[in-house]
Parts: sequence; structure tokens; C-alpha cells
Amino acid sequence: MREEAGGNRGYLEKKGFWSWAATHDHKRIGVMYLCTTLFFFLIGGIFALLLRIKLLYPGQEIFSAYVYNVLFTLHGSVMIFLFIIPAIPSGLGNFFIPLQLGARDVAFPRINLMSYWVFVAGILVILASLLRPMDTGWTFYTPLSAKTAADVTLLSFGIFLVGMSSILTGLNFIVTIHTMRAPGMSWHRMPLFLWSMYATSIIQVVATPVVGITFLLLAMERLFGIGFFDPTKGGDPILFQHFFWFYSHPVVYVMILPAMGIISEVIPVFSRKPIFGYKAIAYSSVAIALFGFFVWGHHMFVSGMSATAAIIFSLLTYSVAVPTAIKVFNWIATLYRGSITFEAPMLYALTFIFLFVVGGLTGMFLGALGTDVHLHDTYFIVAHFHYTMMGGTVMGLLSGLHFWFPKITGRRLSEKLARIGWALIFVGFNVTFFVQFILGFEGMPRRYAEYPDRFQSLNVVSTVGSWLLAVGILVMFWNFIRGLTRGSPAPANPWGGLTLDWATASPPSTENFEEIPTVSDWPYGYRKKEGGR
Amino acid sequence: MSYRSPDTETAGMEAAAGHGHADPAQAREAATLGLWTFLATEVLLFGGLFTAYVVYRIRYPRMFHEGHLKLDRVLGSVNTLILICSSLTVALGIVAIRRGKVRHLRRYLVLTILLAAGFLGIKVVEYSDKFAHGIHPGTDIFFSLYFMLTGLHGLHVIAGMVVLGAVAVLAGRGMFSEGYHTPVELSGLYWHFVDLVWIYLFPLLYLVG
Amino acid sequence: METIRNGLSGTRVYVAVWAALVLLTGITVLVSYVYLGMINVAVALIIASVKASLVALFFMHLKHESRLVWGFALTPILFLVIIIAGTLSDTLFR
Repeated sequence: MREEAGGNRGYLEKKGFWSWAATHDHKRIGVMYLCTTLFFFLIGGIFALLLRIKLLYPGQEIFSAYVYNVLFTLHGSVMIFLFIIPAIPSGLGNFFIPLQLGARDVAFPRINLMSYWVFVAGILVILASLLRPMDTGWTFYTPLSAKTAADVTLLSFGIFLVGMSSILTGLNFIVTIHTMRAPGMSWHRMPLFLWSMYATSIIQVVATPVVGITFLLLAMERLFGIGFFDPTKGGDPILFQHFFWFYSHPVVYVMILPAMGIISEVIPVFSRKPIFGYKAIAYSSVAIALFGFFVWGHHMFVSGMSATAAIIFSLLTYSVAVPTAIKVFNWIATLYRGSITFEAPMLYALTFIFLFVVGGLTGMFLGALGTDVHLHDTYFIVAHFHYTMMGGTVMGLLSGLHFWFPKITGRRLSEKLARIGWALIFVGFNVTFFVQFILGFEGMPRRYAEYPDRFQSLNVVSTVGSWLLAVGILVMFWNFIRGLTRGSPAPANPWGGLTLDWATASPPSTENFEEIPTVSDWPYGYRKKEGGR
Repeated sequence: MSYRSPDTETAGMEAAAGHGHADPAQAREAATLGLWTFLATEVLLFGGLFTAYVVYRIRYPRMFHEGHLKLDRVLGSVNTLILICSSLTVALGIVAIRRGKVRHLRRYLVLTILLAAGFLGIKVVEYSDKFAHGIHPGTDIFFSLYFMLTGLHGLHVIAGMVVLGAVAVLAGRGMFSEGYHTPVELSGLYWHFVDLVWIYLFPLLYLVG
Repeated sequence: METIRNGLSGTRVYVAVWAALVLLTGITVLVSYVYLGMINVAVALIIASVKASLVALFFMHLKHESRLVWGFALTPILFLVIIIAGTLSDTLFR
């Protein structure tokens, strides 16, 4: 399907508010999710910059400690519920799952549309709750969350709605992947992005209802005096933590698995080599999803939980490292002796591997009971999850965005701007967060607006890093906007990928394929160079 | 009774065919998988409450014993039987539409809805009785569980009545036939699940102390 | 598309299942009036599980469904066991 310069706008052709708001097209729904989630990425980022300014020096008076508490609660909640959980699955996943499967849409297009508007409804309810904002941290632990003057009830319902959106998306993807693969596409001929999305969807479907009931119970505690989490009524505040983390630990795999899926697509394309260990990566994705359900107690080691449970959860925690490591080794083996080029998608993918490994290895410190007691609720944890979630998921998202921008928009990004943005982001990220490992190790607690003087110099470093990071992100967004408005037309397959999404036009037509393709091989059959490697 | 088949029936089948499901058998398989996936989320939703039940039952055996004695076992049993009957009526409705008998389907659906209303009526009686005695969700952990579990279940009963009602209306418009009645089956599946949850709730709350 | 030919249950089977459910309900209620200590709990749960299986197998067609559907139906139970077991590993041993 040859793309003509400045020609066919494909699925983007029809214009007007309702052609988007009432669309059944998975591509448009994906784009709407991407725009919404990226918007909240920026909002959450602004909160973070404000937090870092407060932390420039002890006694900084730009705002009060109470406002600081609200800000870190908002930063965490917005980033997690409104950005990082939905961005890749509901954004890129919606766009590319049917394309990679060789299908015309997902199994239930109307439910797909509904999932977006339920998401928006949840956002509006959450925004309404900001009249009396939460100051509990995004983990909303009881008893504080049950007693605080903030609008817990509205917030709980908002998060419930956002969770429902996540469930509907996961449900749709599971059924789509089971029933709508193109003729000839067996499970072992599916792109690895789809294996990741399948594993992700299982987690979304199984774990999210538990956080739903958790927030429902929190609201009921406020409204009707139910006492499950209230010690004065015989309840157990730690029970809240069990319910909360039963979801919130697996959800970190909802965050990382899709990003890993993107990496598994990008690395072979930019190494011109078949992915090494396809089955190992595929099965590891499912294994990560499964094992991720066994380990939630490792967030609760210092909560007052029983020592027996703590030991069990600590042991089980190490199991998740195994399939994760398998993936990393396979990616590296793919790179080995490949013809590597360093366009932006590859730069971000390599960054993912490096930063995620750092984050993951620091998880080892935290999984061990002895060290966790020292490190819990310090900046070590903050650094750990920023390395995994931002150094991991966000880098994966950015890799995917640069990789698939031509396909989604039919235009090219500026490679030069992309690399400048990447460099600033890479340096800024590490300057911001690496020192936080040190701060945490030295004992600086998280969620405190003030700190002892001896921590100040590293805090200054971290704040300056956040400014670099912010500039890099702005450069990147400028590249996106410039690309959307002035980018040169992109060909159907600018990177030479072999998955079915590259067999469509850029941008694809509404029906995706003129004729549903028949598949006879896996999508990683890059030819070896002549004359050996 | 308006009867606009085959247009509405075709419309129904085309709706089922959707974008990518060219053939009806695949569409039906997808719909079935979709519904079981949704039921899986419901298992986990109630599952949180069941977990709380287990935790607190072990911790407060006497509270649970005394609490359950305050519940009306007879009314609970009647409600259990009502739901069981309603599962039968929905199943017989599906047998009917499998034979193309739309009128019978509608009768069975209406019967199911009436039984569901009866269930809710008894729950209203029970709840009012509790409130009259000063027992409410905040009274103690047992009653928190009682009201949360039966309340959440009751919401699902109401939702089921709405869904079955919608299906009955669509049936009246001739959307379903021997060859196509997937939404009827799906709503039946959902309704049986509602019955299933009560099958566990009833003994756990009313019978074992 | 769907007929008795596919082995799907008909009226007779459904009525028989209904009768079994009513009977089992009666039994479980009667047993609850007899004090047997922990056996009461076990009996009640076993009877409930038998009833649930009947509903699932016959009313919900599981008996005639593919292995894939069985997988979808049984998987949540696994996770239910995990959340209860994990939580109890804490609350029972404090």
C-alpha cells in the first residue's frame, strides 16, 4: 500500500466533534486515550516540579506542608491512575492490537467507546473531589483516609469509575486476542507486544475489581460508619493495605508489561535481527502476570503485619525477578551482533533496558526484609519506583510513541529534535533520581516537606535534575506538535518492521486492511546479512 | 405486540457480527468469553468482601454467632428459593427461544423479573426490621458485612432486572429467534451468577454461626 | 444454530436441577438447626458448592462449553484463593 505525499488521511479523514466522540474506531479511541493520558502526564509533572521546588532547602516557604501533602498525593494519583495505567494499554494498545492481529477492530467496539467515556467520567468526579483534596498520599491508607476532612467519597467513586474503564479495556483485549487473530496467526506467530497486552489484560480484569471494592468500602466507612478498617470498631487498618496492595502490586505489572512489549518490538526492528527467545519472552510475560499476584505483602513489611506473612511474601517476591531477567537477557541476546541503528525509538528502548534494570535490581534490596526495614518509606523507595515506572514504563511509552508516530499520524518527527529531547530526558532523569537512592540510604524519609540540613545538597541536585528533565519533555512535546502540524509525510513502513501494523497505510484507513491478511510466519524473520554476520 | 422481524432480527445479527466478527458463531463465542470475563471481575469484586468475612469470622466468632441469630432464617430461605426459581424461569425462557417461541420467552422473562422483585421486597422487609431495631451498617463488623454483602448483591439484582427487562422489550420487537438469541443467553448467564453469589451468601450469613 | 442436537440441556434437565437445588436448600437449612460445631460450616459450604456447581454446569452451560470457557470460569477462583490465603497468612499469625 504505497503512501502518497500529502494524500489520503485514512482514519483521520472524517472531521467534527461527534465523529470522534461517538466513534467505534479503535484507532480514534486510542488517540483520544493518548491525548488524555499525555495531558495528565504533563499535569502530574507540574505537581512534581512544585514538590521539588519546595525541597530546595529546609524552611522553604513557597507553600505550606499541608499543600505539600496534597501535591504529592495529587502527583502520585494523577500519574498512576490517569496516566501510567491507561497510557500504553488504552492508548497504544487500542490503536495497535487490532492492526497487529490483522483485524478490523476489537471484539466489542461499543464497549471500547464506553470505556473511554467512563474514564472521562471518573476524571471529572476526581476533579470534583479536589475542592477538598486528599493529603494522604496516593496509597490512601486508613485510618487517616477514613478520618481526613478531604472528599474521600467523591474521590473513591472517581477511582472506581477509572478502574471500571481499565476493566472494560482488559476484557475487550482478552476476547479480541482469543477470537480475532488473522487466519494463520497461531499464538506463536503473534507479535510479542500482543503477548504482553494479553498478560496485562488478565491482570486488569482480575486485580482491578479488588481495588474497586476497596474504595467502595472506604466510601462506605465515611458514609455509613462501616468499620472494616477502623480499629475503634474492631476493624483492621492493615486489612485495607492487603486489599489495596492486592491490586496495586499487580498493577505495576500492568504498567511495565506493555512497555516491555514495545521494547520487544523495537529491538528486533532496529537490530535487523529476529528476537532471541521468542517463546521465553512470551511465556515470561504471562509468568510475570501470574507471579505478580503472590507478592503484595512486600509493601507492608513495616505495617505491623505478622512476621510469618512477611517472610513468605519476601521469599515469593524474588520469584518475579526470574521471568523479568529472562526478558532482559533475551533482549540483549537480540542486540548481540545485530545491525544496530540509533534512531529515537531505539534510543528510548536501550534507555528502558538500562534504567529498568537499575530500578529492578534496587528492588532486590527492598524485597529482603532486613534491608527493607531500613529503606521503607525513604527516598530509596521513591528512586526505586521512579526508575522502574519512569525509567521503565515511560521510556517504553516514549519509544513506542516515536516508533509509531508515523503510523498514527502519517507524518514524520524530526529525528534531530527527538535526539535532543532524549538526551535531556536521559540526563535529567538520572540527575533527578539517582541521588535519591543515596538520600534514602542515608535516611531521608519520603513525604516530608522538611528535612535535616545534611540532606540539602543532594536535594538541590535532584531539583536541578527535575528542571533538565522538564526541558527535555517540553522539547519532545514540541517535536510531537511540530510533527503533527508540519511533519513530512511518512511512508507506510519507515522502519522496516515485519508486524502487520506496518502492512497498512500511514495513517491506516478506517477498515485497517483492504483484505484481511493470511499469516504464514512469525513477524521477526529478518534476513541475515550476506557473507555471514 | 409489535413484530418487525426480519428487519430487527437481521439488525440484531448484524450488531452481533460487528466490525470484525464476520461469522455469527465467532461472534457468539466472543460474546460468551466476554461475559465470562465480566463474571470473573464480579467474583473478585465480591471476593474482597468474602475475604473480609473470613478474616473477621475467625477473629470474632461470638459476634458472628450472635449476629446471625438476629437474621431471619425463614425469610432468607424463602429468598434462596425465589432466586432458584428465577434461575429456572430464565433457563426455561432460553429453551423457549431456542425453539423460536418468542412469546414464551417473554413470559418467562417477566416471571423472572417478578421473582426478582419479590426477592428485593423481602430484603426491604428485612432491612426495615433491622433499622427498626436500631441495627444498621455501622453497628458492628458482622452487620457491616451483612449490609455490604447483601447490599452489593441487591444492586446486582436490580441491574439484572433492568437487563432482563431490556431483553424482554427487544424480544417483543422481534429481535430474537431460533437462529439468534445471544443477548438472551448472556443475560441468563449473568442472572445465574447473581443466584450463585446468593447461594454462598445465604449460608455464610444466615446459617453458620 | 443451537439445538438439542448439540447436547444442550432441555426442559427436563433444568427442572431436575431446580428440584435438586430446592432439595439441597432444604437440607442445608435443616442441618443448620442442629448444633454440630465446625461441622456446620463444612456442611454448609459443601452443600453450597454442590448447588453452585449445578448452577454453573447446567444453567450456565459449562458442561457443554469448551476448555477455554472453563479456563475463564475457573481462573478467578484461583485468585480468590490467593487473596484469602495471603491475607490470612498475616491475620492468623499476628
